[in-house]
Amino acid sequence: MKPPPFAYHAPATLAEALDVLAAHGADAKVLAGGQSLIPLLNMRLAEPGHIVDINRVAGLDGVRIVGSEEDAQAPPGGRTGGKGVRVGALARHAAVERSAGVAAVQPLLPAALRHVAHPVIRNRGTVVGSLAHADPAAELPAVLAVLGGTVEAVSAAGRRTIPAADFFTGPLESALRPGELAEAAFFPALPPRTGVAFTETSRRHGDYALAGVAAVVGLDEDLRVSTARVGYLGVAATPLVLDLTPRARQAQDGRPPGAADWSGVAGYVRDHLDPEPDIHAGADYRRHLAGVLTERALRAATADALDRAQTPGVHDEAEW
Amino acid sequence: MGGTRVFGEPIPRREDPRLLTGQGRYLDDLGRDALAAAFVRSPHAHARILDIDVTDALDVDGLVAIYTWEDLPGRVAEPLPLLIPHPSLTHGRTAYPLARDVVRHVGEPVAMVVARDRYLAEDAASRIRVDYDPLPAVVGIEEAARAEHLVHDDVPGNVGAVLEQRTGDVDAAIEAAPHVLEFRLDIERSASMPLEGRGVYARWDADDGSLRVYSSTQASTSVRAAIAAKLGLPPGKVEVIAPDVGGGFGVKIVHPWPEEILVPWAARLLDREVKWTEDRREHFVAAAHERGQVQHVRVGFDDEGRVLGLDVRILHDHGAYTPYGVIIPIVTSTQLLGPYKIGAYRAEVVSLYTNTVIVTPYRGAGRPQGVFCMERTMDRIADHLGRDRAAVREVNLIRPDEFPYDQGLTFQDGRPLIYDSGDYPALLARIKELIGWDSFEEERARAAAEGRRIGIGLGCYVEGTGVGPYEGGHVEIDTSGRVHVATGLTSQGQGHETVFAQIAAAELGVPVEDVRVTTGDTRRFGYAVGTFASRAAVMSGNAIALAARKVREKALRIAAEALEADPRDLEITDGVVHVKGDPSAAVPLRTVAVLSNPLRYAFDEEAQRATQFAVGGDATEPPLRGEEPGLEGRDYYSPVRSTFAAGMHAAIVETDPDTAEVRILRYAVVHDCGRLINPRIVEGQIHGGVAQGIGGALYERMVYDESGQLLNASFMDFLMPYATEIPRIETAHLETPSPLNPLGIKGAGEAGVIPVSAVIASAVEDAEGIRVHSMPLSPDDLYRLRRRAERDESLRTRSGARAARERAT
Repeated sequence: MKPPPFAYHAPATLAEALDVLAAHGADAKVLAGGQSLIPLLNMRLAEPGHIVDINRVAGLDGVRIVGSEEDAQAPPGGRTGGKGVRVGALARHAAVERSAGVAAVQPLLPAALRHVAHPVIRNRGTVVGSLAHADPAAELPAVLAVLGGTVEAVSAAGRRTIPAADFFTGPLESALRPGELAEAAFFPALPPRTGVAFTETSRRHGDYALAGVAAVVGLDEDLRVSTARVGYLGVAATPLVLDLTPRARQAQDGRPPGAADWSGVAGYVRDHLDPEPDIHAGADYRRHLAGVLTERALRAATADALDRAQTPGVHDEAEW
Repeated sequence: MGGTRVFGEPIPRREDPRLLTGQGRYLDDLGRDALAAAFVRSPHAHARILDIDVTDALDVDGLVAIYTWEDLPGRVAEPLPLLIPHPSLTHGRTAYPLARDVVRHVGEPVAMVVARDRYLAEDAASRIRVDYDPLPAVVGIEEAARAEHLVHDDVPGNVGAVLEQRTGDVDAAIEAAPHVLEFRLDIERSASMPLEGRGVYARWDADDGSLRVYSSTQASTSVRAAIAAKLGLPPGKVEVIAPDVGGGFGVKIVHPWPEEILVPWAARLLDREVKWTEDRREHFVAAAHERGQVQHVRVGFDDEGRVLGLDVRILHDHGAYTPYGVIIPIVTSTQLLGPYKIGAYRAEVVSLYTNTVIVTPYRGAGRPQGVFCMERTMDRIADHLGRDRAAVREVNLIRPDEFPYDQGLTFQDGRPLIYDSGDYPALLARIKELIGWDSFEEERARAAAEGRRIGIGLGCYVEGTGVGPYEGGHVEIDTSGRVHVATGLTSQGQGHETVFAQIAAAELGVPVEDVRVTTGDTRRFGYAVGTFASRAAVMSGNAIALAARKVREKALRIAAEALEADPRDLEITDGVVHVKGDPSAAVPLRTVAVLSNPLRYAFDEEAQRATQFAVGGDATEPPLRGEEPGLEGRDYYSPVRSTFAAGMHAAIVETDPDTAEVRILRYAVVHDCGRLINPRIVEGQIHGGVAQGIGGALYERMVYDESGQLLNASFMDFLMPYATEIPRIETAHLETPSPLNPLGIKGAGEAGVIPVSAVIASAVEDAEGIRVHSMPLSPDDLYRLRRRAERDESLRTRSGARAARERAT
């Protein structure tokens, strides 16, 4: 379990990094946290000729709340127009997980990050690296997908912004092109009167989930459930998003504000999923589990939404 | 204080500061400048080798040598030894160090590459082209038994051994029994999986014609014997040292591994240091697994649940070769009986070849399977009769006044299976009390009111420990008063440096801090058996005690002369020999050490001081006067047969009604390993064992596909439990001394792992009201079991949670 020979590049600037990536195209791999790439190399499952270690490139480790006053000073390309969290390519999971600003703007991020492997891995691994690795069983792709976030890609030829819906193209496959670096990811802020929940079942604490659910539930001005979106991990070739808004209205129907009845959603979810079996669990179980977890997550997200709507001071945007 | 209180005290492990601060010296920490070996291993489960083409590999800069079977000379080219033959093993087969013509499992070594470093060795290995003609692979116990294809052409039916154990007329007993049950049980493969893999590092000294080998082994003396024999070297020219070893759990008792012959052979041939450090992927496919069995049980019993006849037919998967013989089937079929006296008994174990990694003992060594069988049987009987599971066990227990108890079988040491001592009813009473067995129904009702599903389970075992034939100890006190203890068996982190020091300190009357312990180094002790079968404390502990007693007697003889006293009036306190009741008439052991050697150059202060006690004034006597020089002693302990420890575990689990996850809420252990040398270390052994047991019960399995590929050969997919999966473990001890050895101790190393699968199965079955007949049990397994039980009433228990729920409605 030693990697085959490769050329190692340690550029000091973004421009240098992009030059190396442009020169070697598909034969180059970007090394950020290395928590997936290094095992792949050691097991000789990946044999790139060039490793481009971006850890020395300045300015890529930012975790910024954008769409606020602070964002006015952001460099060109760092702005996205909307409010949210912009995570640079070298920002470690742990930095995002522990950021009070992130928790206030998009609490789904820390909620999901707590399920990413173990603290030592989160200290090294990066959020953007996890997205670029595009493992459909990983937490962050599902979070980006359910929130409708974007990935900012940069290459010697220029920059482009890729919506989550277009970014994940298959298992371990993304829309990034040879020569491109995922420079940052943007996670939109949580709108008012909205709640989130993340839940997953894994064989061991910190393992990839057998199935996992990221739920976002919105209330209207009367605090009645009006929208529901659920992102799934571990049940499809790419992160899957179900818009359960029609089911949300049904769940709220005839009940007091915020007291939606989500039972029965599991059956709907099971009918809309077609997971693959693997050595850890069969397709039937995963489908069943996704249904169970959806109900749990929707209940928790509804409670969270109600809580946020009723105690606006605590979650006030001004705190940004 | 006299040091005697040191025995039985929970002193901290003396090896921990070194091991926990990164100061340990493991195999791969040695030989930094050595050449590295890597192996080309078979990607096929079963194939004929047509051609090996090394041409492309020759371009790799830094390549030193490539070897295939054709290159091996003399005895190195022969099949590896069948270590433990047995009359039942009629068709034992072992592998060649490098495959000759045919490979029989994925991972079997085909070629060895030696290069400047491991990276280059792997580069070269990846360029060697081996042309294979794939043959049909035999995977899985039942496919092996069907024998549509053979693993070895000359082994009909894939049957390596048929082992039978029998007492009484089991057919008649079952026929006459008021109740008879028949069922099948399954246990899947797991593995020892030490965090440090195997490894060998060899240095040839051409001037001296000698070889020094470091191996991450559980049996350095036997590795030495094997290397000496294979390479044609006198044993005195081979030294084998086990450095710090990062866990063994059984897999490192196998010897010689192919690599343990090939690496020293290459080192001598090349006259260069060569090192091989196994990586994790190699360990999965080229070391050893254990556990896999299918058991068919037929049991007859009376209205009380007393077992009148038990007939077990076991299919055991031993993998592609049998270097370690039939030890696991022997242990399973004898230790299955546990703490019970049952009527007639017959066990037939059919040990089968498959195209998978070899199967050799892993902590528990066949006992977890035997205990699973017996304890599942006890639960089935209780369920059938509608009786309490603990009560059914109680009526079958051997009573305290029945020891020594002869089970009428032959144990793994070839001696009668006679339990030396124990108090099983007391163990049962204690575990019931610890877990709250009798008040559990109230707890279940409280949980049910909250919508939670919980269950309780129990498992009992007896463990033969301290198997012979012998182990030795050497104790030497030097002229600075330090005590050097050596024993030949090896350490893999158990705490031998601590407990052996405690034993020596207690026997000699010296502070434990003054004792240094060396294990597993043939330079210090040449005759030993090894560390396995929970034998180190019993075997080397007693040998060290006996050796220390010799040294103590000698010290008293010498001191008596110096003090002009009767040796019987002397005792040793804190390293000083003195007249009982008169501390002024004293001589320290360091001075006695000087006196013990008539050659007394005064090169240190101690020697100068010793002259005031000058001994041997009688000019007519030779200076040694019948004694050997030096304050040292050596002795061996050789037991007539094994000593039998016992224990009982209980657990309370919660099963998630929706996700089918199993959570262990409480886990309790009552354990009796005779006199405790160090309760803290015994507790640690139990905790580690239980953790491995939980791995086997809920997480670990080797997933082979039908072509013999291991699909989960990594720590990402082979699920060893983390600390987060292990509950707090509550323990209590009974101390029933063994009458068989001077210290009254029994082994404790494997105990923790043995009954865990049985206990968890029992508890999950109780929570769910669904029969659990195979382990491990994943959430998916439980989910499918629930679905099947909805349709199939025979899968549901009569008593327990389901019955209670049904009664309530």
